[in-house]
Amino acid sequence: MSIWGTTAVVGAWEHPTRFAPHMTAFQIHAESARGALADAGLTIGDVDGFFTSGVGPIGLLSLCQHLDLRPDHVDSTSIGGSSFVSHCLHAAAAIAAGLCKVALVTYGSTAASERFAVGTAGLVMGEPPDQFEAPFGPTIVGSYAMVAQRHMHEYGTTSAELAEIAVTMRRHAGLNPHAKYREPITVEDVLASRVISSPLHLLDCCVISDGGGALVLTSAERARDLARRAVLILGGAEAVRHLGIGRHDLLDVAARQSGPLALARAGVRHDDIDCCMIYDSYTITVLATLEALGFCKPGEGGAFCAGGRIALGGALPVNTDGGGLSSNHPGMRGIFLVIEAVRQLRGEGGEAQVSDAKLALVHGTGGMLGQRHSGVTMILGRS
Amino acid sequence: MAETRPYKKPLPRVDEESRGYWEALARHELYFQRCRDCGTARSYPRAVCPSCLSSATEWVRASGRGTVYTFTVTQQNQTAGFRDELPYVLAMVELEEGPRLVTNLVGCAPDDVRTGMPVEVAFEDVTGEIALPKFRPA
Repeated sequence: MSIWGTTAVVGAWEHPTRFAPHMTAFQIHAESARGALADAGLTIGDVDGFFTSGVGPIGLLSLCQHLDLRPDHVDSTSIGGSSFVSHCLHAAAAIAAGLCKVALVTYGSTAASERFAVGTAGLVMGEPPDQFEAPFGPTIVGSYAMVAQRHMHEYGTTSAELAEIAVTMRRHAGLNPHAKYREPITVEDVLASRVISSPLHLLDCCVISDGGGALVLTSAERARDLARRAVLILGGAEAVRHLGIGRHDLLDVAARQSGPLALARAGVRHDDIDCCMIYDSYTITVLATLEALGFCKPGEGGAFCAGGRIALGGALPVNTDGGGLSSNHPGMRGIFLVIEAVRQLRGEGGEAQVSDAKLALVHGTGGMLGQRHSGVTMILGRS
Repeated sequence: MAETRPYKKPLPRVDEESRGYWEALARHELYFQRCRDCGTARSYPRAVCPSCLSSATEWVRASGRGTVYTFTVTQQNQTAGFRDELPYVLAMVELEEGPRLVTNLVGCAPDDVRTGMPVEVAFEDVTGEIALPKFRPA
């Protein structure tokens, strides 16, 4: 039995806040749950599957208490910012298998108001591999920067090509009234911003914001009776990459495995995709991911992202909400990729609408691209 | 009198799989492992070969020579210890025997570092028990 095409996202809500020192993270989870369930035309009492991450090792239990949930099925897969994309795939499988009927996915964070240095805090000594890395001062941005440096070495990719991605995301953010930064920037602005970890500049890095969101999923059959146009989950796949036994090619990112599998499972080709939501923790993340997904050949990412191809009006609009680079990034951004894809496929993109969007590809990256990371690809389609 | 400055950066949490590696480093010797059954070299050290799941392991002493596989000049790190030493170079070095290590490059200006440049190990004693394998231009 295939799960693809048999389940749907029926509720999606992005919390408008970008700075909420007056709120708690759990409050953002709860308000987001309210928003997404209202969007779906369902109630909290309908929820029998619950999915979340970023709330501590057994934080799902605390959050269930906070929301007074008694679900039949739970999943707190924690693989970094991609976790919430993963939750959608796991929810689709659970619904198709009959483990739950209405799945709620929530996210909330007050990273900005807690002044959490998401990308430039050092690695703490936790898992066994950390003892061979943490003493040398890796940061999250540094890990991505080492991928960028290697890409430049192998293919001659330039800082200006990376900067073009940040410029495009900012242009999209200008159309999003909730985006944290909306004023247009130029390639020169990016290159003139201070270096955080070479070759990445400040404007190559995502913003740090507060925020959250929620999604509601159910069967495609039940979706037909609900208020909103359902967005079908047509395919998806997960992958993990790491340094392994010390011989890993740093440009072989997880999307190279999850992308082709997700497209094959959905039975669609790259040319069929109308828009992409690509985790943009850093500009290099977008470039490396688009290459790995197969939208262009390895080494061609810089040229592919140039000339407006990934901008609204281009052949493959990417991150039409402004992405993590300009709209919001409370630490784990995966849920916003799905919310924006749903917005596009419902035709609710407003000024940022991709005309006649039927198919969207979402790709979440979690962890550190140059060390250990996850990649989750999901293909969504208009019903 | 010289002021003794406490070492603020994270120290490795030595465990039963890594003890031999860190003890050798304290003697200023860099080792990696090779599986006695399938011959696959691996780094960092661990008890079981990921290629064939054998526990039969030999330690191989590395020459200490290698090349820079990739690097980044870190200009911002909020962690104690590192924030006092900015900028510093975080790198991956490929040993001439094959395995790569996450490390720091020392003994040269950050602006002079290039991918592919030859380097050699430079042991840095940070406590009585711990020496870190850093690398300098060869």
